[in-house]
Amino acid sequence: MSGTVALAPSAPRPNRARQRFLRHKGAVVSAFVLLLVVLGSLGAPLIEHWLGHDSNKMDITRRFALPSWEFPLGTDEAGRDVLLRLLYGGRVSLLVGLAAALASAVIGTAIGILAGYYGGKLDAFLMRLTDAVISLPTLALLIVLAAIDLKKVGIPDSIAQSEAVSLYRIIFIISIVGWTGVARLVRGATLSMRAREFVRAAVALGAPARRIMWVHILPNVIGPVIVATTLSVGGIILTESVLSYLGLGIQSPMSSWGNMLSNAQEMLSQAPQLVVYPGIAIMITVIAFNFLGDGLQDALDPRAGE
Amino acid sequence: MIRFVAQRGVESLLVLLLMSFVVYGLIGLMPGDPIDIMLSGDPRMTPADRERLRALYGLHLPIYERYGNWLAAAVGGDFGYSRTFNRPVLEVMGPYLGRTALLMGASFVLSVAIAIPLGLFAAVRQRRFADYGINLFCFAGKSVPPFWLALMLILLFAVELQWLPAGGIETVGASGFVDRVRHLVLPVLCLTLLNLASVARLMRAEAIGTLRQDYIRTARSKGLSERRVIWGHALRNALNPVVTVIALEFGTLFSGALITETVFGYPGMGKLIYDAILGNDYNLALIGLLFATLLVLIGNLAADLAYAALDPRVSLK
Repeated sequence: MSGTVALAPSAPRPNRARQRFLRHKGAVVSAFVLLLVVLGSLGAPLIEHWLGHDSNKMDITRRFALPSWEFPLGTDEAGRDVLLRLLYGGRVSLLVGLAAALASAVIGTAIGILAGYYGGKLDAFLMRLTDAVISLPTLALLIVLAAIDLKKVGIPDSIAQSEAVSLYRIIFIISIVGWTGVARLVRGATLSMRAREFVRAAVALGAPARRIMWVHILPNVIGPVIVATTLSVGGIILTESVLSYLGLGIQSPMSSWGNMLSNAQEMLSQAPQLVVYPGIAIMITVIAFNFLGDGLQDALDPRAGE
Repeated sequence: MIRFVAQRGVESLLVLLLMSFVVYGLIGLMPGDPIDIMLSGDPRMTPADRERLRALYGLHLPIYERYGNWLAAAVGGDFGYSRTFNRPVLEVMGPYLGRTALLMGASFVLSVAIAIPLGLFAAVRQRRFADYGINLFCFAGKSVPPFWLALMLILLFAVELQWLPAGGIETVGASGFVDRVRHLVLPVLCLTLLNLASVARLMRAEAIGTLRQDYIRTARSKGLSERRVIWGHALRNALNPVVTVIALEFGTLFSGALITETVFGYPGMGKLIYDAILGNDYNLALIGLLFATLLVLIGNLAADLAYAALDPRVSLK
């Protein structure tokens, strides 16, 4: 090699990445759709105020009402406003999806970098652990985890009975089984980074391991992690909906798109529209997250998409 | 090869052991207490009986000792009794296992048989109308809540059109082969649609990569018909990674089966496990979960073997 130093091609330049993202029409439309979903669910109290009734108020006399100016999507089996419950449910489903995806990404990245950087026995142990978790029947395990009696784990009654606990519990249990994909991905990327000149130079200069992992490796593996995390949000929203449908996820009166469907089977012949709406909300949101992830992949990690 | 299988077998056994310990511990944390459930069935029991029963079933022992006892019995072939069925666990599981195998097997074969030509077709038609259509269909399949798809199928075919039964495995009093098949159609259709999308998408991506290879250009330039090029050369080479993923996704297929069975009231392993967990039938839930794990592990092993069998460049060490 002559005088010039071959710079490692690190993350692609941002403006190119933006161009590539904008070329993915599905991703652009999806970003817009997701923006609407977020605005709608954040604006739920506002819409509640305009409509002039409480989203949790039950009224058996007006159950299964058809759409009207007062109830734009009609009412459910307990006489509650379906539109408002959908909007509030969106908050919960999005929160669970994003929080659990983020938590899984953090766990997976930590495990992947440690395994890839240190190698040897630690790597062997962590990867065996990852393989073991991958080969578990996830849904059945999640059902067990969701059914655990919190009092028996030593969580005080006051917390175990509180309304928000079903929300935190579901985020927690999805995160502890959901980190494996990111861990493998990051380990692979770390291994290839570790062999690069700039990392070896940093090692030779005596930089501490923690600094190498934080400053030199993490920024260079974060692109694929962002892609994988975005792609996982949709799957997590689906998992939340399944658990809530089975009655093990988000508990009433808090609404989520999944638990709006928990009585779906009985409503199917009486008021099928109530079964249709939440499912469509879930599907549109999940499709949008998947397209968004696809577009981000084109933008941040162009070689992997091919 | 034999060494590889043996090594993987030992590893799988370790995973199974780990899983059994974790699930054993978790199941003890579920609401309700087996002794309380027994007591609630008989009002004459006193607190003293309660303690005696606890001792009889070894529930006063610490968790690792109880687990050790369970494991010793299990290795000896005694998997315990099902509380809800009052019969040995294995005896209960038998017929359920068969029905799940039927459901999963039929959906698996159908979805792969449809997905591979579909993905290949999309790849050949890359960036044209058919490709976009298939791609959108795959995205939808990956993004639909599985239980909701089942509900929509019931709504369409059972409630609106009334062509097919909404659930169960046979009409009461009218048992017959045709009747059973009619009950199978919707669950199999549902699970097939769920499984189809990911296989087709992967097949498309692999085929696109393969069609760019030099040997495809060689095949074309030596005058082979386009059909021979695609079905003979491209398919064979694109199939390798697809087969691996298909086998690795056995766990996903099982999760799909659990949901499908629950919605359609189809008495298979998935529904059995779900009911056992909710019904505090500890022994049954535990063995059911372990069985599901074993299934996934076998799938993973099959994936590795298939990969080596299909690609002569790969050798198993």
